Order: sequence, then C-alpha cells, then structure tokens
Amino acid sequence: MIFPFEIPLLFLLLVTAAGAILVKDLMSAVLLLGTYSFFLSLIWAWFGAVDVAFVEAVVGAGLGTVLFLLTLFGTAPKDTRLRRPPPSLVTLIVFPLLGVLLLYAASDLPEFGDPNSPASVHISSTYLERSYQDSHTPNVVTSVLMDYRSLDTMVETVVIFTAGIACALLLRREPK
Amino acid sequence: MIRSHDSIIVQTLGRFLIPVVQMFGLYVLFFGQYGPGGGFVGGVILGTGMILSVLIFGHSASRSLIAKDMLHADGVGMLIYAGVGGVCMIGGGEFLNYANLEIPGLEDASRRSLGIVLTQIGVAVDVAVTAVSIVFSLSAEEIIEDSING
Repeated sequence: MIFPFEIPLLFLLLVTAAGAILVKDLMSAVLLLGTYSFFLSLIWAWFGAVDVAFVEAVVGAGLGTVLFLLTLFGTAPKDTRLRRPPPSLVTLIVFPLLGVLLLYAASDLPEFGDPNSPASVHISSTYLERSYQDSHTPNVVTSVLMDYRSLDTMVETVVIFTAGIACALLLRREPK
Repeated sequence: MIRSHDSIIVQTLGRFLIPVVQMFGLYVLFFGQYGPGGGFVGGVILGTGMILSVLIFGHSASRSLIAKDMLHADGVGMLIYAGVGGVCMIGGGEFLNYANLEIPGLEDASRRSLGIVLTQIGVAVDVAVTAVSIVFSLSAEEIIEDSING
C-alpha cells in the first residue's frame, strides 16, 4: 500500500515549497524551508534511504535553519526587503517547456527498486556479495563509502573542511 | 556573540535534550557499520548538539579552554582521515587500503573494519567542528553590531 502516505507527503512538500517562495517575510520563508526539509526527510525515509533522511532532517531542517536565521540577524532590514518583479515572458515560456521535457525524460527511467536497472547490474551486486567477507561490515552503504570508495569520501571531507575555512576567512575577525 | 536564553523552560529543556542528542550522535557514528548512519551523519548530529548548547547557554557559558581550543581545530578530522591512509602506506600498501594497517593479531577483514571506524571518526570530527565553526563565524559580534549601527 503506497497511497496513504506518499500522496499527502508530496502534497505537503509542494505546499511548503510554494509557501517558502511566495511568502512576503524572509523569516517565515526560512521557517517554511525548514518544514520543507522535514517533509523531504520523511519522504527519503519512506523510500528506504534512512541515511539521507537523517542528513536532510539534521542539516536541512536544523542546521540550515539556524544558519539562515543567524544570517538574517546579521543583516539590516533594508538589505532583506523583498522585491518581486512579475515573471518575464521568456520565463513563462521556457520553464513549462523544461518541465514537460523533464517529465518526458522521466518516463524512460527504470522502475523504482527494479533489480534489472543499469545501476543495479553493474557493480552493486559485487559490493553486496563481498562486503561482509571483505570488511566485516553488514551495512553495505558504509563499506562502499568508507572502504571501496574511500578516496572519494576523503575528498568530500576536504570540501567540507574548505567550506569551513572559507567561512572563517570571510566572516570571522580577531576579537579585540 | 550569542547570549544565554532567558526562559527557564528553554534552559531546562536544553539541559535535558543536549546529552540525549550527543548520545544519539555517538550511537549513529559508531553503529554506522551495522545500521543506517555513519561518519557524516554522526558528526552533523554531534555538531548540532553543540550548536544547540551555544544557542541556549551562550558563547561564554563554557569556561573550559580545551573546549574553546577544540573549536579552532578545523583540520584535525582531515588529519585523522589522511593519517589513516598514510599509516596504510607505511604498512606497505596503497593509500587508504585498510588491510595494510599494521595491527598484529587481526585478519584482513577486521583491519578493514577498524579502518572504517577510524576514518568515520575523522569525518565526524571534521564535520562537527566545521558546523560549529561556521555558526561561530556567522554570529561574530562585530557583524551584528555593524548591521545595527550602520
């Protein structure tokens, strides 16, 4: 039974996303964005991607909201005044076309959870079979991330480190 | 500079919630091999717990110098991660091939398991410290005062 949960969640997702864009006040927009992340994390958990759901709930709904709010407190009201010009003709034509194109392409995607999809037949089966013998790690996601693809994860860590350093260099000043 | 929150409800809830959040972060970090979770999520949860404590009790609540110095240690997580890789190279193998960690009495698979735990700790430290450091950078006193005055 997919129906009872999926449809209301997607509806709430759309409503909060539209609300975050349309609302007049930036503070409300930030809070709506946090709500959006929370519903998105529920959808990730529904799809079985619990790792991603964790990250979305903590980073999107918690940390992101805190960062946005701190930035808002650090700016003057005149910086955050919202001007919404009406969308131009090009926007009105191009974006619906893009949506139609994406929907058309989405019909070619493999079924969700299809064992014969290209992503599942290439190397995933090898990982699934050998993960426990190779590294005594029942969670295959962890063993792929930290063992088979360890160098990628290290460079991702470098990216996070660089982001922190860049923020500190741009924003932090020596206390007097 | 974030000052401590006035409300006693918030303070009491914080006292109760922050240890729970930190315990859950550690659980997610170290059980990433057996269930959902891992270094990144565990680190983010740990960092969020610290941010929560800063938001509730203020910047100057902790008098511990070690805690303050720890927040300037942005590179320690990277050092742990790359250091494990380097130790693997010293053991005679490729970079980050955990089977070459020189620990006597362990078979290859257990060494890989240990390497995964160590690198996850590295990622967690890096992510947690970076999250707290970004929040500190954004809430620096001068920025807030500048925006109020000008």
